[in-house]
Amino acid sequence: MSFDKKDLISINDLTKSDIYYFIETAEEFKKISLKDIKKVPTLRGKTIVNLFYEPSTRTRSSFEIAQKRLSADSLNITISQSSVTKGESLKDTILNLESMKPDAFIVRHHESGASYFISKITKASTINAGDGMNEHPTQCLLDIMTIMEEKRNIGSLKVAIIGDIYHSRVARSDIYGLSKLGAEIYLYGPYSLLPRLKDFKDRRNVKIACSMEEAVKNADVIIMLRIQKERASYYFIPSIEEYRNFFKLTPGLLSLASKDVMVLHPGPVNRDDEIAGSIINENKTRILKQVENGVAVRMACLYILLGVKKQ
Amino acid sequence: MVSSDDSKKLDKSLLFDDSATNDILNDFIDSVLKSTPPQTRAAAGGFNNTVIIGIKEGGVPLADLIKKGIKNHFEIDCELGYVDMTLYRDDPFAVKKPIKSTELPFDIENKDIILVDDVISSGRTVRAAIDEIFDFGRPKSIKLAVLIDKGGRELPVCPDFVGKKIESGKDETIHVDILSKEKHVDKIIKK
Repeated sequence: MSFDKKDLISINDLTKSDIYYFIETAEEFKKISLKDIKKVPTLRGKTIVNLFYEPSTRTRSSFEIAQKRLSADSLNITISQSSVTKGESLKDTILNLESMKPDAFIVRHHESGASYFISKITKASTINAGDGMNEHPTQCLLDIMTIMEEKRNIGSLKVAIIGDIYHSRVARSDIYGLSKLGAEIYLYGPYSLLPRLKDFKDRRNVKIACSMEEAVKNADVIIMLRIQKERASYYFIPSIEEYRNFFKLTPGLLSLASKDVMVLHPGPVNRDDEIAGSIINENKTRILKQVENGVAVRMACLYILLGVKKQ
Repeated sequence: MVSSDDSKKLDKSLLFDDSATNDILNDFIDSVLKSTPPQTRAAAGGFNNTVIIGIKEGGVPLADLIKKGIKNHFEIDCELGYVDMTLYRDDPFAVKKPIKSTELPFDIENKDIILVDDVISSGRTVRAAIDEIFDFGRPKSIKLAVLIDKGGRELPVCPDFVGKKIESGKDETIHVDILSKEKHVDKIIKK
């Protein structure tokens, strides 16, 4: 098994067997984090630039930890303290950083397509760490990894994705990735925040549910999403109070799902907006497992992508 | 060691057949078992602190055999582990192999390690494996046991136990198979 693309921009860039290859590699890397000395020399001498135009806790720190555990040198650009605030364009920023010969860019940007744009103007590997409303492929991989650790076969699962799907890059990547592996996907949320189904017209196993109950009933996996204030989602719904009444995952709704349902959330969680705090308090979610797997998945991505370049 | 897609271009010749391989194997295990001084051997003191670690994949069956040998002779159940040194290679991306698991589910601090592999040539694999072992702790000593020494060392690495020394060129790969019914050692020349 090998992978010969230099970038990871969209989960659609990966075939089914690529996805399994990434997950298997990640499972091996997970063991490194359990060792006494959590470091291997594999990416010694590689320079990786973390370019985060949007705030991030999990993605950014897990990418950074992944780089450190693989012995790469990482450089974090804090946009608010960079020349971007003086008006430098994205292209110029990248070309200037490129002159310092980095081996990879990890990019989070508020514009959809920014990572793709960057991948076209640099020789370095580019990993999309979330671009606008488009995609977040490493999140999708870690969700798949978390699900596979418990469910083995994704093909027969019913997955409910609930919330602000229209603005969610996690939802978009998860829909592409999980439907590629054969899962039955039910989307639900306020009508104004549902995607246009034609976006997924070639995917027969993606459906829009008519009610919270229909979405959750017998679900094996429930992925809850946050209302994205930064993308003006509040203009799409009458009020957050109303949203809570109709779209919050409550213990009562959860009891409709399959007995060993997994509740996932990409974070950050707005407690009691989209999910009842009691569900999290009672450890019924896999949120922390997702974060743990996030480090392993990002190690795998770096290992696989940077390996390609050298060839 | 040989990927399937370029096997067509390879020229394979038998080096040792089943009985010859068996002889080498028995001598090899014997030399490891006799390695402790006789007086301690009687008290079976020599292997009390020993841990056996096979280098994946070739060293795995050999490590199993050495463990079995020690068990039969001295009734000591040595701990057995495996290392996969892919992530510790000095050329991590030149040979792109899927990573396999390192399995060292025990403490190696202050242990006498016998590191086992099937073939040694440049010594780089052993260097990487030792590096990896040190990330798990500080062993008291490491001894190296290899079945076939094909020469061509690039690093100052010298095995303590060798089954058979052979002369072999850089472009020749030695393939050891002791798992099939007919054990054999092949020489594979890239054309």
